[in-house]
Amino acid sequence: MINIEIYLESLKQAGLEMMELCHKQMLKSKEAFTTHNSDLAEEVIHTENRVNALDLKIDRDCERFIALRTPVAGDLRFVLALRKINFDLERIGDNAYGISRYIAEIDLPIDKKLMDQLRFEEMYDCSLTMMEDITQAYIDDDTKKARKVFKKDKLLNKINSGAFKIICDEVKKEPNLIDQYLLLFSVIKKIERIGDLITNIAEEIIFYHEAEVLKHRKKKKVPK
Amino acid sequence: MEKEKKAEVIDSSLKRKYKIEAKEVKVWYGDFMAIKGIDMNIKANSVTAFIGPSGCGKSTFLRLFNRMNDYIDDFRMEGKIFIDDNNINKKKVNVEKLRKEVGMVFQKPNPFPKSIFENVAYGLRIQGIKDKTFLNERVEDSLKQVALWNEVKDDLNKSALALSGGQQQRLCIARTLAVEPSIILMDEPTSALDPLSTAKIEELIFQLKEKYTIVIVTHNMQQASRISNHTAFFYMGELIEYDQTKKIFTHPEKKQTEDYITGRFG
Repeated sequence: MINIEIYLESLKQAGLEMMELCHKQMLKSKEAFTTHNSDLAEEVIHTENRVNALDLKIDRDCERFIALRTPVAGDLRFVLALRKINFDLERIGDNAYGISRYIAEIDLPIDKKLMDQLRFEEMYDCSLTMMEDITQAYIDDDTKKARKVFKKDKLLNKINSGAFKIICDEVKKEPNLIDQYLLLFSVIKKIERIGDLITNIAEEIIFYHEAEVLKHRKKKKVPK
Repeated sequence: MEKEKKAEVIDSSLKRKYKIEAKEVKVWYGDFMAIKGIDMNIKANSVTAFIGPSGCGKSTFLRLFNRMNDYIDDFRMEGKIFIDDNNINKKKVNVEKLRKEVGMVFQKPNPFPKSIFENVAYGLRIQGIKDKTFLNERVEDSLKQVALWNEVKDDLNKSALALSGGQQQRLCIARTLAVEPSIILMDEPTSALDPLSTAKIEELIFQLKEKYTIVIVTHNMQQASRISNHTAFFYMGELIEYDQTKKIFTHPEKKQTEDYITGRFG
């Protein structure tokens, strides 16, 4: 293996480590939120330091790689993509941390009925499978797998846009639950944001392999 | 009433799409086939870089444009090369005139053991030009073009060999420019120079393309990506890929090209 490939492999491994770490953060946040487990929420909050440290390490390694190896073509696309993937992962970590912060701060568990009404678990599970898809796409260099997340993201957007009306209606019926509804609404927003970040990562994986820029493209109309 | 005549084309080169056109070019040194059938068009007023491993035929191909290979005993060529639509391989072509039109800068600076002034004026003198005012003007103009004038204007009679390597190379470029070529061929012009002199030559190449068509052979990938508009990758006598430099260095079509520019060749 020539020198540059050792560098690239180590960068790729660091990216994978970051992906797995953020996936775990999401998983634990979900568990903490749905079971009102404040110990688990504390664990996510503490692990945020590791996410930030790894983010800095990857940024620094990418900068060094560009400065010392002056990569071109596929190598350059990889390192550019990795920097953006790393940035998006760090934001995903932030969102998981934010969700856990809510748990650490509230006393009462969220009513299961409210969660079902808002399709909360379905949404969270969907974002977790999206994260698994892009991790596998990243490991296998598989752009087909990366493209899978675009469709799944539509479900997250749908649940998110439907949540507002449900909450308005329910709050009118049960004003005493307004705190819980607003909290759930904030978390749903965070999951929707996580979905967007995961699609950004998928776009970067596609850019690396196919040199195709997907971002800011007009979305195709889905036939009825 | 007679129809109005169309406006005359003052500079016919403006209407031409390509400055240099190579068609089905094959080259042999004895039994060894150094170039295996290359077609290539080079645009005017641009910098074209030739890259590839040693022995791939890029320098041989470059030297075809001013028939420098004619001096090699076993050299044999097939195919045609056109410069401004003229076939330069025809027997009646005046090779001296061709080399005035197509100048060359070599890897190692090769000033003559003469004064700075005489080095630049050399090409003009062998053309028989004796007019002192004209020579003075042309020498000054050429030295200004290579940004050497301010460094040597008070010492034009000093030996060219007393200049630094980078200055000598810029002097050699000035010597080439003095006879007003339209094409400049450069065979690894900075490989013997330090980074500062290299940067000066690269800056110069960038400016010269306004007036000249430049073809450069380089082993320095970053140099090719910094200064050229188009890049051609040669391998074992074949032209593997030829495209805009920004395309070659971000998303080359061929795997061989990607392997070479990313240092994975072999």
